Parts: sequence; C-alpha cells; structure tokens
Amino acid sequence: MAKVAAELKYSAEHEWIAADGSGPSVVGVSAVAAEALGDIVYVDLPEVGSTVTAGESCGEIESTKSVSDLYSPVTGEVTEVNDEVVSDPAVINTDPYGAGWLFKVTVTEEGPLMSAQEYAEANGGEL
Amino acid sequence: MTENYTALYEEHKKLGASFTDFGGWQMPLKYSSELAEHHAVRNAAGLFDLSHMGEVWVTGPEAGAFLDYALVGKLSAIADGKAKYSLICNENGGIIDDLITYRFGDEKYLVVPNAGNAPTVAAALAERAASFNVTVEDASAETSLVAAQGPKAEAILLKLTDESQHALVTGLKYYAFNEVTVAGHEVILARTGYTGEDGFELFLPNEGAASLWESVAQAGEEFGIVPCGLASRDSLRLEAGMPLYGNELSLERSPFDAGLGPVVALKSKEGDFVGRAALEAAKDALPKRKLVGLKGHGRRAGRGGYPVLKDGNVVGEVTSGQPSPTLGYPVALAYVDIEHAELGTALDVDLRGKAEPFEVVALPFYKRQK
Repeated sequence: MAKVAAELKYSAEHEWIAADGSGPSVVGVSAVAAEALGDIVYVDLPEVGSTVTAGESCGEIESTKSVSDLYSPVTGEVTEVNDEVVSDPAVINTDPYGAGWLFKVTVTEEGPLMSAQEYAEANGGEL
Repeated sequence: MTENYTALYEEHKKLGASFTDFGGWQMPLKYSSELAEHHAVRNAAGLFDLSHMGEVWVTGPEAGAFLDYALVGKLSAIADGKAKYSLICNENGGIIDDLITYRFGDEKYLVVPNAGNAPTVAAALAERAASFNVTVEDASAETSLVAAQGPKAEAILLKLTDESQHALVTGLKYYAFNEVTVAGHEVILARTGYTGEDGFELFLPNEGAASLWESVAQAGEEFGIVPCGLASRDSLRLEAGMPLYGNELSLERSPFDAGLGPVVALKSKEGDFVGRAALEAAKDALPKRKLVGLKGHGRRAGRGGYPVLKDGNVVGEVTSGQPSPTLGYPVALAYVDIEHAELGTALDVDLRGKAEPFEVVALPFYKRQK
C-alpha cells in the first residue's frame, strides 16, 4: 500500500504540503497519487514568481497512461521549482515525499487540508 | 457493468497487481511499473493473462464455408495448424470486432475475439450459422489464455517442454500453432501476440491455468520474465502499430478506413459474405479520413480524443497515444483527413489547448530486429 508521510498535510486533490515555519512551504504529490498515475513522464510546473490559488490548477502531470491537473493546495507566490523533476519526472514515483518535491510557495492562505491520518483513511494509504 | 474474473485472479492478487475494469473483466493493469514491464517484453520476456479474450469453436462439415460467410476473410484457405487475422463486420461494413482464427482441420476452427466483444461475436456467429451445417460453441468461460512474449519466450518454453517436443516449439512459425504439453499441461501453443515481439499464446482449460502461470513464471525467472498488465500491453501494441478495438476500430469505421483493406477478401471469395455489398462500395469510395501514425517532436503525448490540427483547423482525431517507452518520443494513432495523411506531413495535436508539433510517420513505430 502506498505510503502517507505522517509529518505532512494533504489536499483532497492528493498534493502534500510541508511547512516548518521557517520560510516557503514545499509542495508535492502523494505516493497514493503517484502510484495511481503510473510512471510519470512529464511535469509542467508553475513559474517562479507566479501566484497559485488553492484548489486551482497550476500545472500538469503526465504519466504513460494519462494527464492530470496539478492543483495547488494553498494560495501564495511560487519561490522555487524543482528542476530535477522536470528533467527526470520518474523521481516523483520513486521518492514523492523527498527528491520528488515540485515547488516552494510563500503561503498567504491555505486551502482545505487534511492531516496525514485523515488523508490515509480517505484514500487507502499507509501511515 | 458485469464483473468477470479470470481463473488467474488470485495469482494477480498475490503478485500485488493493481486492477482495472476492461471489457467487463477485472484485469491486472500493472504489477509494479508499467514501464519496467514494457521494457521486460522488449528485452527479455513478459507473462500476460489474456483469459478475458473469447474462444469460440466452430466445428462441422461446413465450418470453412460458414466462416467465409460470417467473416470478411477467406478462412477456408488457411492451412491446418495456421492462424489468420480477420474481421467480423455487420451488413453496413462496420467492424463488430477484429479476431484471430485458428484452423485445426477441415471441420474444426477456433475463433478468438476481444474480451468485451466476445458475447456479441459468439451471438453473431450463432445467428449467421443458421443455414450452415456447423456447431458454434462459446468456450470463453472455461478457457484460459496465457501469453509469454519477448525474445526469451522460446527459451523459457523449451525449459517447460519435453525434448521430444522441442521441434514443435522451435519450428513454430509466426501465426502457426501446435498442440504441446507445457509443464504437464496440454495446451494449444500459438506463435501469436500483440506486442511486436516474438512470443507465444497458450490456451488451456481454466483448471490448469494457475499451475501453468506459476510454472512459466518460475522457469522464466533466470531469463528475467516479469508479469505484465494491460498498461504495458497497450503501450507495446501501440508501438507495434496494432489497432485496438474501441480505439482504432469500431462499428462506425470500415476496414478500408483503418488500413485493413487487404484483410477483406473481395476478390478471392466468390460467394456472398456478411457486409460484402457495403464493403464493395466502401472500397471504391475514397475514405475521408485514414488511420496514420504520428510522431511527436516535443515530450508531450497526444491522447485518445485529442484533435489533430493543420494550421489551426481540425483535420483529424487521435485514437491512441502515449510516450513510447522504447523509442523515447510520443507516438499516436490518429484518423486524419486524407489530404493531410501523406508521410512527412507536419501536423499539430491539440494538447488541452496547446498545439504541439507532430509528423505523419510510417507504421509500425517499432519493428523488432529479426
């Protein structure tokens, strides 16, 4: 069963967000989503300096089988994107909570977020 | 939707498969990574459960004449021990299904339709058999089909067959079959497949399926065989330029639209067959669109249903598409207006609002080295 990282918060659209309170928050997709998508072959990320809005599409994730929107879990300004996953999207499958992070954002407003426990219960992940 | 399970369902669960509904069947989509499964078939071997496919036996003195009437090809002309790709059409020339027919003898043939169409095909065959001295028997529910595909498939099968039968395996030509004992099971061993690689398909009664599956997996371990789901099956057949019913083929398409004109035996069959009049007319009328291969210049793939554009105008539609794991660029099958279907034509695919450059290329996209 796909892992749900305990220290993160999750959106209903399967994005995770990590905030340690010391600057921009890191956003990625959950292992549950990465596994359901299949092997990821392309990601389109928001641009640095652009504003993303909670619950709205800010990019795309394409796997061998399908294309999905990437929804931002929060509203804020993008400060950095992970160029590593753009050149090697498979990292999202192998390390969704680590090297497979997608972008960093200065949060002005959170969307509805779940705890890891809640997300795992709703989506069949394993804590 | 009807939920059918193959005799290998428990095997798939044990292997940790993720499942998908396909044609009313609960089938493995993938076991681990569909890309790894795809590469295994190209480089070593893959093991597939295809038990969702149909098996319809046609027996009796007029079996050959009946199949010549019911299908578009000349099935009576197949040699014993050989198989042939054909189509079953309706009176309007629309494609009900594509299928493979195996000839065991003058009075005995096996017809293998696609999973979702098997009941329709069996019913159509039974109906068309009314004035022929034949028996049509749908054995789909009792029959399993396991495929070993890839360059190592032959070596794996040789490990599982008695030396006295090795020539029946190695001597088997493409689209031919023998009755062989594999790992203690009497199977129909056919050198057919849907992957573009060398490989075999093994028909046997459900009772032996799990045991055979495990034997092939075990014997293939040293050769790198992996179980493969429908996701890799789809990417493999797409690279090989093979049509999938429901994507490239449908009741609305004639065989000529789909580039399958040679499968229709208008010349060699003198008698009538279902769809003949409509197909005679379709042959002479130039189709408006034809099925072509597209190669993407970017990294993004066209998907089924995406519009194909020329100078911003819609000139076609993608029927199947994805990034080709073997070739490293996006490939797609698409119906394109005849005037834009020439090899080398530059076209765009509308990828969710963004036009991405593609080019008409020859099929298949991938051809194995022999």
